[in-house]
Amino acid sequence: MSLSGRYVIAGIGHTAFGKLPGSDTVSLNVEACRNALADAGIGKSLVDAVFVKVPTSAHQFMYGQKVAEALGVTPKIGGAWDQGGAANIMLLSFAIMAIEAGQCDVALVCYADNPRTGNRAVYGRPRGEDAAYGWFSTAAGYAMIQRRHMIEYGTKPEAFAAVAMASRNHGADNPDAQLRAPLDVERYMKSPWIVDPLRRDDCALVSDGGAALVVMSAQRARELGVAQPVPVLGFGHGQTSFELPQRATLTSTEAVTAGQAAFAMAGLKPKDVDVAQLYDCFTITVLMTLEDYGFCRKGEAGAFVAGGAIEIGGRLPVNTSGGLLSETGMPGLQLVMEGVRQMRGTARLQVPGAKVCLVSNQGGTMHTHSTLLLGN
Amino acid sequence: MEMPKPEPTELSRPFWDALREGHLVFQRCACGHAFLPARRLCPACLQPSVRWERASGDGRLVSWVVYHTAYHPAFESRLPYNVALVELDEGPRLLTNMVDPHERLRGDARVALKVEWEGEMALARFQLAAPSR
Repeated sequence: MSLSGRYVIAGIGHTAFGKLPGSDTVSLNVEACRNALADAGIGKSLVDAVFVKVPTSAHQFMYGQKVAEALGVTPKIGGAWDQGGAANIMLLSFAIMAIEAGQCDVALVCYADNPRTGNRAVYGRPRGEDAAYGWFSTAAGYAMIQRRHMIEYGTKPEAFAAVAMASRNHGADNPDAQLRAPLDVERYMKSPWIVDPLRRDDCALVSDGGAALVVMSAQRARELGVAQPVPVLGFGHGQTSFELPQRATLTSTEAVTAGQAAFAMAGLKPKDVDVAQLYDCFTITVLMTLEDYGFCRKGEAGAFVAGGAIEIGGRLPVNTSGGLLSETGMPGLQLVMEGVRQMRGTARLQVPGAKVCLVSNQGGTMHTHSTLLLGN
Repeated sequence: MEMPKPEPTELSRPFWDALREGHLVFQRCACGHAFLPARRLCPACLQPSVRWERASGDGRLVSWVVYHTAYHPAFESRLPYNVALVELDEGPRLLTNMVDPHERLRGDARVALKVEWEGEMALARFQLAAPSR
């Protein structure tokens, strides 16, 4: 029997985003979980599973148990997962599968990190023995992929600008957003190079903050009187090699595999999607994700996003709360939370009558990809 | 400021030693699969029938980036510098630097090995191949 529609996100919660001096990741996780439980309207005594994404900037031994301890919870199942930004939707789907298998009843999925006031060395890290050639940073990996996309498909700077403009212009309307500065093509073109072809406005923010989800079955949500449960219609995942040179192609992502699995589970197609929250760690990611999900053909994302098509009022509004480029650089859960708000009808930039929201998460340098379809 | 140095392992030492002799080498398995970086077991057939083989040094420029930010102090004086991804004619792909001016780089351009020394360290860099080739 399909899982589609039988599990829900019962609650969402987050901390402040941006610069949080003196914060620690365990406390941020607890604050986000407390807020998510309050949003679901349930007490923590019901929680018997805690799934945590490891803090990107500070891996720690047995981190999942540290967070559960600070929550005052003794889970039956859970732990910390390292899959970069895709870990959030992965953990959400693991929670659903664990509940389906009778291993737990109510799960928390959470993530927090503080690279902005803490240590952001991970984002500029040397990449193995290739550091001798100057091969450093997360950004450079995406720049290498972006250049190849430009070589193969002639993708123009305006395409990348359109992605940055959607996130930034939506984020400008979000009082919780870390960067509330609208963007236009002229300003984008003046943005300084970080690693050419990447400009500063192509790159995600670096942020402190935490977020959490409460996951349970739709039936349990009814029994508990959860006010605004949002059904999970489908999910899917894909993973590729650790090192960039080991990939047969740079211009396709695991969004192909992940998206097909998610759409199959939900019995839906890209044309059924009303609003999307697409992982925008770098602008190239959004373009390739649109292509790989089948919203347009390979190499045609530039035309797809032109003319405000992915801004509010366009044919597929994307990142309606600002995404990683504007709301918070936190890798991924802000997108799931905005998906939940769109399906509840409570988003600040609500897409009228939206019935299906697609959310993508992606980890590392396009190493991992997870897809989530939400309904209402 | 000293550049970051590779720390060869038992597995990768033959690769770096060969560069010091002026040669680029890769691994080939009895099953035919050619690859880098070095592994004890072939990633295609998982057998240990792996030998080192000398590369022709010819290949194709897959992609490149130009750093305008130095993530390590040794590269500050080299900005802007490039890192490139090259596919050898034998199949393996590797990260490298192109010695040509960035403006001349083109996708899928033919390239040739140019071993260069940085202090005590020999690196496998590449240059655009002469048009006649």
